[in-house]
Amino acid sequence: MKTISASEIRRRLTALIKTCLVVPDREVTKKLSSLVGDTPAALAAAKLIAENNVIAETTNAFCCQDTGQAVFFVKLGDGVFCDGLREAIELATRDAYADARKSVADPLTRLNSGDNTPPIIETELVKGDVLEISFLAKGAGSENMTKLYMLTPADGRDGIIRSVVAAVEAGGRNACPPLVVGVGIGGVSETACALAKKALLRPLGAHNEREDVKSLEIELLKRINALGIGVAALGGKTTALAVNAEVCPTHIGMLPVAVNLQCHSVRHGTVKF
Amino acid sequence: MIENAKHIDLPPTPADIKNLNVGDVVYLNGTVYTARDQAHKRMALAIEHNEALPFDLDGAAIYYCGPTPARDGEIIGSCGPTTSGRMDAYTPLFIENGLKVMIGKGVRSDEVITAIKARGAVYFSAIGGAAALYKSCVVKAEPVAYPDLGCEAVLRLTVKDFPAVVSIK
Repeated sequence: MKTISASEIRRRLTALIKTCLVVPDREVTKKLSSLVGDTPAALAAAKLIAENNVIAETTNAFCCQDTGQAVFFVKLGDGVFCDGLREAIELATRDAYADARKSVADPLTRLNSGDNTPPIIETELVKGDVLEISFLAKGAGSENMTKLYMLTPADGRDGIIRSVVAAVEAGGRNACPPLVVGVGIGGVSETACALAKKALLRPLGAHNEREDVKSLEIELLKRINALGIGVAALGGKTTALAVNAEVCPTHIGMLPVAVNLQCHSVRHGTVKF
Repeated sequence: MIENAKHIDLPPTPADIKNLNVGDVVYLNGTVYTARDQAHKRMALAIEHNEALPFDLDGAAIYYCGPTPARDGEIIGSCGPTTSGRMDAYTPLFIENGLKVMIGKGVRSDEVITAIKARGAVYFSAIGGAAALYKSCVVKAEPVAYPDLGCEAVLRLTVKDFPAVVSIK
C-alpha cells in the first residue's frame, strides 16, 4: 500500500490550478496565430485571442474571467491510501480560486458559496498504486451547450454524426469557438456525459487509439468545420480545432451520445503522485 | 490594433449606428455598465414595480460581464463577455426603456433582434475568452449597485479602444 499525503496533493493541485487559469493550452494560441483563409472578422478575432493569451501570461491575469467550476478526474489505484483526499481537493480549489472569480452558487437560491467550492469530482477506480488527478476549468458559456442524445442501436454511426454536428450547430456560437468537441459514446447516460468531458483532457491533435473511433473523429471535425461558424462565431472554416471521442460498452438496446463543448480557453492539466 | 477598424464613442449617435455594417470590427470608447443574470433580474423587477434603477437606461450601454476580482492596485480583474442569450428574457423590456447598446457574446433571440431593429439599438459581439485583453481596455471602474452579487454587481466602466464586432443593428 502506497501512502500519499493530503498536504502534498493540496499543494501540487493548487499550483496546477493557478497555472491553468492564467495560461490556456499553448497549442491553441499557436494555431490561432497561424490561421489563414478565414473571414477578415474571424482572423481579427483570432489575432485578438492570441494577443489575449500573451497578455494573460505576461501580466499573470486570468485568461478568461469565467474561471469556471473546478472539475477533477481522479484515477485512484486500489493500492493507494490517502487520508483526506476529498478534503485536499476541496482545499486546493479554495486556495487556488482565492483571487479568481467565485462562480459557484446554489442552484435554487443562487446564493454564492463564496470560495468556488464544491468542486466536481469524477472518480475512476483502477488497479495498482496509481493516483492521477486531472483538473479542468469549465465555464458556463460552453458547459451550457452540452447535449445528451439517447439514440438507438439502429441510429448507429450516422446517428452519432448527425447528433454531434447538430449539437455544435445549435450551441457552437455561444461556446467561444474555436472549440474542442468532446464526444462520449456508450455506457449509461451519465457515463456518456462524463466521457464527453474527460475527452477534453486529451492533448490537442491526439486521436483515440481505436481506428474506428479515430476515423469518426476525423469525419466529425470535417463536418463541424463545414458549418461555417468560425472563430468567435464570425464565420470561416475554423469552428473546431479537434474532436475527441471516448467510448464505453453500452446496453444492447442503447446508444447514448453526449457532446461537451470546450471553449478556446482550454485550461486543464494533470498531476501524478 | 486591427487595421481599418472604426472608432465609436459611446453612446453612438443614430448616424453612427446607421454607418455601421454587420461584421465591422470596431473599437468602443466611453461608458458601459456591467450587468449579467442576477442584475438583469433585479432591474426588470425594479422596472415592473416602478422603482429607481441603478443607472439611467436611456441611451445606456450594457456589457454582459462578471469580472474576476481586481487585485491590489488594479482597476479591474479579467473581464471578457459572457453569453448574451441568457439576458434575452429581459432585454426587450430594457430596450423599451431606452437601452441603446448591448455588448456580449453569442446569439440573440428573435424577440431581441426585433426590438433592436425597431428601436435603433445595436448589439456588439465582444470576443469571448479575451478577458485579459479587455482588462487592459478598462481605464476606470466604479461600483454602482448590488455589491452583494459579487462578480455580478453593476459597475460603471470607462473603456478605451475596446474591440468588438457589429452583430445586430
